[in-house]
Amino acid sequence: MLLAPSEPRSQSLEAGKGETLDPAYISVRNFNFWYGPKHAIRDVSMDIPEKQVTAFIGPSGCSKSTLLRNLNRMNDLIDGVRHQGDILLGGSSLYDPAVEVISLRKRVGMVFQKSNPFAKSVYENVIFSLRVAGRNKKSELDEVVERSLQGAALWDEVKDRLHESAYGLSGGQMQRLCIARAIANRPQILLMDEPCAALDPIATLKIEDLIQDLKKEFTIVIVTHNMHQATRCSDRTAFFYLGELVEYDTTGVIFSAPRQPQTEAYISGLFS
Amino acid sequence: MAAAVSLKSKPPQGEAKVWLTAMGLALGIVMVAVLLGLILVRGTQVFWPKRVLEITLREGSASGSGPVLGEVMVRQRNVRTGVEEWLVHFGNKSKEDPGTSYRFVASGDVVSTREPLEVMVAERMEYGDAIFYPVRLTTRDGKVMEAADVDFPAALETALEKAGGERRQLLALERKEIGRISKQLVKLENGIKTDPSRETTNRAAMAVLQADYEKLAEQARGLRAALTKDVLRVRVASGGELDQPVGELLHVYQPNKLSQGGRLALAFQQFFAFLSEAPREANMEGGIFPAIFGTFVMTILMSLLVTPLGVIAAIYLREYAKQGLLVRIVRISVNNLAGVPSIVFGVFGLGFFVYTIGHHIDEWFFASALPTPTFGTGGILWASFTLALLTLPVMIVATEEALGAVPRGVREAALACGASKWQTIQRVVLPASAPGVLTGVILAMARGAGEVAPLMLVGVVKLAPSLPLDLEAPFIHAERKFMHLGFHIYDVGFQSPDAEAAKPMVYATTLLLIVLVVVMNLSAILIRNKLRKKYAAGTF
Repeated sequence: MLLAPSEPRSQSLEAGKGETLDPAYISVRNFNFWYGPKHAIRDVSMDIPEKQVTAFIGPSGCSKSTLLRNLNRMNDLIDGVRHQGDILLGGSSLYDPAVEVISLRKRVGMVFQKSNPFAKSVYENVIFSLRVAGRNKKSELDEVVERSLQGAALWDEVKDRLHESAYGLSGGQMQRLCIARAIANRPQILLMDEPCAALDPIATLKIEDLIQDLKKEFTIVIVTHNMHQATRCSDRTAFFYLGELVEYDTTGVIFSAPRQPQTEAYISGLFS
Repeated sequence: MAAAVSLKSKPPQGEAKVWLTAMGLALGIVMVAVLLGLILVRGTQVFWPKRVLEITLREGSASGSGPVLGEVMVRQRNVRTGVEEWLVHFGNKSKEDPGTSYRFVASGDVVSTREPLEVMVAERMEYGDAIFYPVRLTTRDGKVMEAADVDFPAALETALEKAGGERRQLLALERKEIGRISKQLVKLENGIKTDPSRETTNRAAMAVLQADYEKLAEQARGLRAALTKDVLRVRVASGGELDQPVGELLHVYQPNKLSQGGRLALAFQQFFAFLSEAPREANMEGGIFPAIFGTFVMTILMSLLVTPLGVIAAIYLREYAKQGLLVRIVRISVNNLAGVPSIVFGVFGLGFFVYTIGHHIDEWFFASALPTPTFGTGGILWASFTLALLTLPVMIVATEEALGAVPRGVREAALACGASKWQTIQRVVLPASAPGVLTGVILAMARGAGEVAPLMLVGVVKLAPSLPLDLEAPFIHAERKFMHLGFHIYDVGFQSPDAEAAKPMVYATTLLLIVLVVVMNLSAILIRNKLRKKYAAGTF
């Protein structure tokens, strides 16, 4: 059983009403981003729809991860960055001074390339976001742990060792634990930064299946180097090159009839 | 083929440098091993009961004449005169002859030696060991027992035990009962000073206490008299006989009658007495328990003070402070603090903690006791604070490194879960760096436990009448002066009148200081290893 439907997402519906049939849940508006002098993202505009999987593909260094990490303002941690343009989440700006980064990150969960569980038990790992939010009711935590681990297809494997160290898990299990941790607090959006890059094919398949389940509940943005993965699990695909958004369409169009020659060259493996 | 030829003809590059590094390490290890070995051998030798020789000296020689009894400690050749000489422990110091118990005897002056079986060594309350032949025991109930009697050893043992019991009673009486009364007297006296209207009531109470005191003093006199009732008649080597009250003897043994096992047992017994007893005779005799305890308590207290201080400072420096020139200067200054001579910290501790903070605490909370200072004088609390300052740089540097070693991914994961920066540090970064913090604690303890110079200014004394922790309310007496093994080594080794007698004590005390530091460090290392296992980085 997956997550129960979360609270109505009124903001996003309002924002999407007047624009398109498919409400643009995340919308990036003329976004530019610099690491010091380096112009990393060049004038990107795109709309990412709700409850779909959107894949970012592109060669290394094309700033797809940078854009992803801007969606929960993780790049704020780096010294010397600045941006121009805006990113709207359900109609309201991420960079609005009234937005609290902490509450933003509660709405936008993130899974990293390298699994990074905490040096705590499996149980404590999953409920970390609840703990920091000050929610400590045992019955609620137990429920969240079971639901999140089932959501991450890990419950059956770890239900007997919830209170053992998370470092005892295998690499694939750790990554699914990180997914469980990211969805524990029921975010609206789940960002995945090459979640399968360090995993073997079987673990990768498990996580791809999981993504298909998760999209019923969450809006998922995934960065991947693996084009097969993009075709297998995404609904829409965006191709980035040298900090620019080259092409953005449904996955079927991108991989069968790309309009841009660069896209075609990339997906046919002429460069990477 | 040119390449192959040149490969063959060239000598191996860097081989000599590898040997050089290995030599450097070997030199270090050898030096440490020799030092530890020397301390271990000399430090444990003290407790091994040696055979006593009756040495007959040539008439009229410089070393003396006639038969003498003594333990030969060392046989060596005098570097200046080239004459072989023995260092002999004669003991038998007395009120009339309080000189030294060790003397050198030229081996040329020795006519003959023998090992008399019946010779006896006794540890006395005062003047160190006595070496003699027992003659007879006269007990307080009038029984007389010759040394040759079968029951003599048992009777002597009984008399010794009885004396030990009486000594303990006497000590309890003087320390606890009489001490309590004199404390109350001081309190009443101070009460009159602060509030003259209470003079009559306080004087009356003091008179009652005075009467109690007289009663207790009478009891003490009785006990002291009882201690002189059993008398052991002894004969010294030269033939003279004298009476030795059993009450002055702690324990006796006959070294030449002991088997190897008996020697070992006696050595252990002496070692445990050394560990558990208080010093006597200006620290020359008895044990070093107060010094061990003082060192232990001070080191623990210091660690408890320096750990939070260092961790908090390091968190600010590493996590919050904007990295720039100012932070660089602060960091360099912290590192340089580690190079400041420790005596400077002692002077600072005296000026700041003792004279400033302590003085004000006295004025605010202990005004009635003034002018006798409570916190306004050196004490274990101020000593711990001073050493905490001294070891702070070590702690900060170790913690900063530990914080920096926490992977970025883990921090990001915590932040992505909606944790604030402080929550990230508190819940994720700090636990993960706990092993590194403990490394800092270990280094700080090793440094702090071995410091002596600053302590001499802020609370260490040659002889502390009471321990900093005891069963008397409020149990922790942070204002008390204390004894310290490092200072004890200095005091015994360089301030005692009998240099040769002090030497073995110095080695034994040094050994114990090293053992104490090692034990404390080992326990910290054990805790760290446990934490390491728990927080080992997750890898694929």
